[in-house]
Amino acid sequence: MSANYAATATDIYKTFGDTMAVAGVSLAVPAGSIYGILGPNGAGKTTTIRMLLGIIDPDKGSRQLLGHERPLEAAHEVGYLPEERGLYPAMACEEAIAFMGALRGLPIKEGRARAIELLHGRGLGDWIGKPIRTLSKGMAQTVQLLGTIVHEPKLIVLDEPFSGLDAINQAKLEELIRAEAAAGATVIFSTHVIAHAERLCERVAIIAAGKVAFDGAVDEARGRLRPIVHLRTRADDGPWRSALPGDARRSGREWKFELPEVGPEPLLRALLDGGAGIETLSIERPGLHDAFVAIAGEAAAKKMDEPVEVAA
Amino acid sequence: MTIRETIGAAYVIGRRDFHATVFSKTFLMFLLGPLLPLLFGFLFGGIGAQAERNETPPTVAVISSGADFALLDKARTRFIPLEEGRPLVALRAVAPEANVAAQRDQLLKAEEEKLLGVLEGGLKAPHFTGAVNADGRTVKQIALFVDEAQLMASGAPTASRGPPVRISLTDQSGGSLASAREITARAGQFLIFFLTVFLAGMLLSQLIEEKSNKVIEVLAAAVPVDSIFIGKLFAMLAMSLVGIAVWLTAGAIGAALFLEQGLGSLPPPAVGWPAFIALGFLYFTTNYLLIGAVFLGIGSQASTVREVQTLSMPVTMAQVLLFGFAVLGVGQPSSAEAIGAAVFPLSSAYAMIARAAEQAAIWPHIAALAWQILWVILILRVSARLFRRSVLKSGPAFRWPWQRKAAL
Repeated sequence: MSANYAATATDIYKTFGDTMAVAGVSLAVPAGSIYGILGPNGAGKTTTIRMLLGIIDPDKGSRQLLGHERPLEAAHEVGYLPEERGLYPAMACEEAIAFMGALRGLPIKEGRARAIELLHGRGLGDWIGKPIRTLSKGMAQTVQLLGTIVHEPKLIVLDEPFSGLDAINQAKLEELIRAEAAAGATVIFSTHVIAHAERLCERVAIIAAGKVAFDGAVDEARGRLRPIVHLRTRADDGPWRSALPGDARRSGREWKFELPEVGPEPLLRALLDGGAGIETLSIERPGLHDAFVAIAGEAAAKKMDEPVEVAA
Repeated sequence: MTIRETIGAAYVIGRRDFHATVFSKTFLMFLLGPLLPLLFGFLFGGIGAQAERNETPPTVAVISSGADFALLDKARTRFIPLEEGRPLVALRAVAPEANVAAQRDQLLKAEEEKLLGVLEGGLKAPHFTGAVNADGRTVKQIALFVDEAQLMASGAPTASRGPPVRISLTDQSGGSLASAREITARAGQFLIFFLTVFLAGMLLSQLIEEKSNKVIEVLAAAVPVDSIFIGKLFAMLAMSLVGIAVWLTAGAIGAALFLEQGLGSLPPPAVGWPAFIALGFLYFTTNYLLIGAVFLGIGSQASTVREVQTLSMPVTMAQVLLFGFAVLGVGQPSSAEAIGAAVFPLSSAYAMIARAAEQAAIWPHIAALAWQILWVILILRVSARLFRRSVLKSGPAFRWPWQRKAAL
């Protein structure tokens, strides 16, 4: 199991006071994949990640990180960007990166050299020697991200990595995640923005209310839903209407319904033979958002769209 | 995690803390702070000595005949060997006037004279008037002078009332050595106490920085909490030793410049000076680690700087209590108090340094050091576990009693 999976959780539980934050989460992250943990704020994503990494122990259940039952034993091969970013403000950028590497077993000199290389490689050479406190929040986050990967970890865990970044830096981060995955690393990231997961992930876990509502390939999540047919006809009525499913919704002369299981052919034949007069016809694959709504429910999806409030 | 990895991670944490502290501008203040009182001490010491030299000794005016005064002055001279730093009351002859009572009042009122009192009535009816303590030095001395002068006046032989005491000197008697070593024992205890009180308090706030800037999450994900605690504790120990080295050097230079005797005047400890100094260093280290580990554990539970500040007074008081416990056993190293203080981990270092001054055996020190180190490890482990439980919220739900209340 451990050879194929970079991280697994088996039925883990965590209660804080009277709140059950994680209620029986199981997931398996294939090695070398980009894995998204998707869910609204407060769904239990961060708690799940903290348990996977061994920062906290689950009340119940077990987890494995790179084949280790005790996650800290794998610490040297893991990189982690917490949701609440934090660096020592007085440290210079390259020192902060080297320090984070040193925590993960990278010799400090090597870390410093790599930090300088990483900064130069991103055209950030002029940050060298600058204390963290002089940087903007987004800049500090970039430094911390570089510190997360400086020791070339096999597994990179990023908790809400896109929040706090502008569009340009979000694109850069996507690029970095793809590059790390291409180099063989496994990347786990959590997000409440479906678009990021949709663009990046091969697999996702959808977490809502402390439970995994879905764990699998993005295509599989989409596959849970039938494609949607959008149809506009010249004719108002006719025998072709019987080929449309009963729950088809109509607005004017436009119809919207799930593609019947028998496929598009019987539908097309009925439309043509019945003289419906097809004006436009499109069959769309559902997006991850639709899948999310179908899997996690309307309420969870609404929560995802709420603006992020940075909890104190 | 192997022990090697835990220590390695602790080194990374400790190195960061040490650099962040020692290579900061405030560290200069830290180094200079304790030197200021020393500097002022020398300065004011000099001024004080100057003032003392200018001062006239306390004086009593004697209204009497010349003969009586001569006897009184002679009597006083006999007691001069007992002065030892504090001069005897000086006597000043005043010829009697017609109205002695008025003369006395006038003398007492005169401000420029600085008189302690007035003695009138000669040796026949001596009467002392003055604003002094009824059973104080001045009254006792005047009584002695008068008594001696009266003896002389009665014609008793002063030159030889009998054979003088024959005096044979030995180096040190057993009793004097034991009591002298108590001084060394107390000095050793106090030095360790003083340095620990000043230096260990910083450990209370050691985890506040990481908690407030959220670095704790990065640390806790990468290394065991044990490593964080060990690293922080030893970083502060190293920083304290840097400070102590600087102060000792400055102190030694100061002592060489200003003191004639310095430490040489302390009685030698039972284990000898080199072993005593080495043990002093070791016991400071273990004491710092023990008390520091407790402080680190307590401080790690605090979530704000305000809480840490509030905690600092009670924990200092607790330290005074520990010190007081160890002080009880000084002078009686086999007593229950001394052995109890040596066994109780948090007062063990104080008790053992006193023992080093009083008893020559070395093996109890090896045992005590091992015992103390064991407790440092235990305290650190418990602190780290509590930190994981109550701060990182790991494992089964755990709250301190006061947090339970607050949560309701």
